[in-house]
Amino acid sequence: MADLDYKVIVGLEIHVHLATKTKIFCGCELAYGDTANTHVCPVCLGMPGSLPVMNKTALEYSILTGLALNCEIAKFTKWDRKSYYYPDLPKNYQISQYDLPFSEHGYIEIPLESGETKKIRILRAHLEEDAGKNTHTLGNFSAIDLNRAGTPLLEIVTEPDMNSAEEVGALARELQRIVRYLGVSEGDMQKGHMRFEPNINLHITKNGEVFKTPISEVKNLNSFRAVERSVAYEVRRQLAAFEETGVTMQMGNKATYGWDDDKQMTVLQREKEEAHDYRYFPDPDLVPVDIDDAWLGEIKGRLCELPIQMQVRFAKEYGLSDYDAGVLTADRATAEFFDGTVKLGADAKRVCNLLTQTGLKLANEKGVSVDQLRISMENLAKLAKMADGGDVSASAATTIFEEMAENGGDPAQIAEAKNLVQKSDAGEIEALVDAVLAENAKAVEDAKNNPKKGKKAMGFLMGQVMQKSKGQANPKIVSQLLNQKLNV
Amino acid sequence: MTTKIDEAQVRRVALLGRLELSDEEVAQFSGQLSDIVTYIEKLNELDTDNVEPLAHCLPVHNVLREDVPKPSLTNDQALANAPARENEYFKMPKVLGDNSGA
Ligand SMILES: [Zn+2]
Repeated sequence: MADLDYKVIVGLEIHVHLATKTKIFCGCELAYGDTANTHVCPVCLGMPGSLPVMNKTALEYSILTGLALNCEIAKFTKWDRKSYYYPDLPKNYQISQYDLPFSEHGYIEIPLESGETKKIRILRAHLEEDAGKNTHTLGNFSAIDLNRAGTPLLEIVTEPDMNSAEEVGALARELQRIVRYLGVSEGDMQKGHMRFEPNINLHITKNGEVFKTPISEVKNLNSFRAVERSVAYEVRRQLAAFEETGVTMQMGNKATYGWDDDKQMTVLQREKEEAHDYRYFPDPDLVPVDIDDAWLGEIKGRLCELPIQMQVRFAKEYGLSDYDAGVLTADRATAEFFDGTVKLGADAKRVCNLLTQTGLKLANEKGVSVDQLRISMENLAKLAKMADGGDVSASAATTIFEEMAENGGDPAQIAEAKNLVQKSDAGEIEALVDAVLAENAKAVEDAKNNPKKGKKAMGFLMGQVMQKSKGQANPKIVSQLLNQKLNV
Repeated sequence: MTTKIDEAQVRRVALLGRLELSDEEVAQFSGQLSDIVTYIEKLNELDTDNVEPLAHCLPVHNVLREDVPKPSLTNDQALANAPARENEYFKMPKVLGDNSGA
């Protein structure tokens, strides 16, 4: 197996729940975890004679996402019926988009381990309704909850441009970050807001010839870990199957798999691609939608700087590590709060440290976002400048940050009140240094003449001066004075 | 007259529609459906070369509603017509090889 040269080919189909208040075609409220069948009406129950009416916000959220995914937005889009019979789909057809999706031909940029980005092409994105839930089985019967039926669902289909499990995971996470930035979905995996279906196969080169393994589709994955692990597992399984039998891709040998999280393996569901016959046709209950330039322009106005763009900019313009830039851009509130503070003239690295080491932890404890702590961007910028200017030590800056987060207030006043202002007055500090040198002849001797103990002795003297100043002396100046006086 | 819809096609359509047909019915529907298709084929006589495909027969576009919640049915109302229920749920025959989730 080891000597086979192969390339992993993965395309992804993603379903995203949109964060509208109501369902896509009726006024039933979207509610997660509520009593079964209490958010249903004649429309979403598929009762004869009821008529669906399109939710404007669902359509606008979809278009906004399409724009963020660099798609071409169709000027004319319509709704189709896709027939299939399952009890969780009460109409016996799903309203979807077939030949005229609202968006096509885009791309998503994903971050790679190397710090670079890669473009994955988007084939299309269309809007459809979710089915209900087959909650549990009762012998030969199923219990059906239709609260979810009619939830607006954005289906995004990528081209097979991903070449590893890590890239698939990166795309899934990036998409989550995008829909959250845009505010079009909560992207909560626990609530099933995002479901993934990777299509995986290998291009194996053997004796100068390229062999393609049969494509596996893994259905309904609802965690990033499951997506990554199922792809990694399929790569191993397909390699082994090829080694053993030499099986290659042919018409109709695409297979459908599920993911067994307990056994950490994919499980065959259907061997042969069934001749699906969805019998799509235009839904006569819904009229088409024209998207004119004015409307599209208005939706474009709601776009924000995308997370990956911010992450790259923070690394490039502000000199942050890719890791720090990633942490700061994990959510939009933090990214914008950071960016705004730096734009007020504060040092990026200093603000980054205050936010990532203290701010995010406090915000997390309080269950709010960083910008909802009681600190304004102005006061954070001021604090960062105080720390950079040596007016307060790094640890004092943390203390002041915590105080501001709790009770608000001005950092300079807090520093004063809490006695945290550093002494930078050279004359005052010099007196302390002289006193310490006089009291510690042995350490002075080591610092000057003992190459083995010099460093340690210097540290000791430094500590003594800081202690004498009750921690208020500016360590930079103390260090300068010590070096000067000991002539090291 | 030629058979436009043969018996195999009738059986396939019946399967897609989850209908159980007797052999007599299959033969009967094959004839009836073929007649219907023959009748509809009259439309092919029209020249549609320069006619845009129609997505909808109404000259109306953009019928949209604001995202504002409306009252739903109660659980009992929702289940009033259900052939069977189990507490708050619809009770349905189990589907094998379930591939739901759209
Ligand atoms: Zn409803």
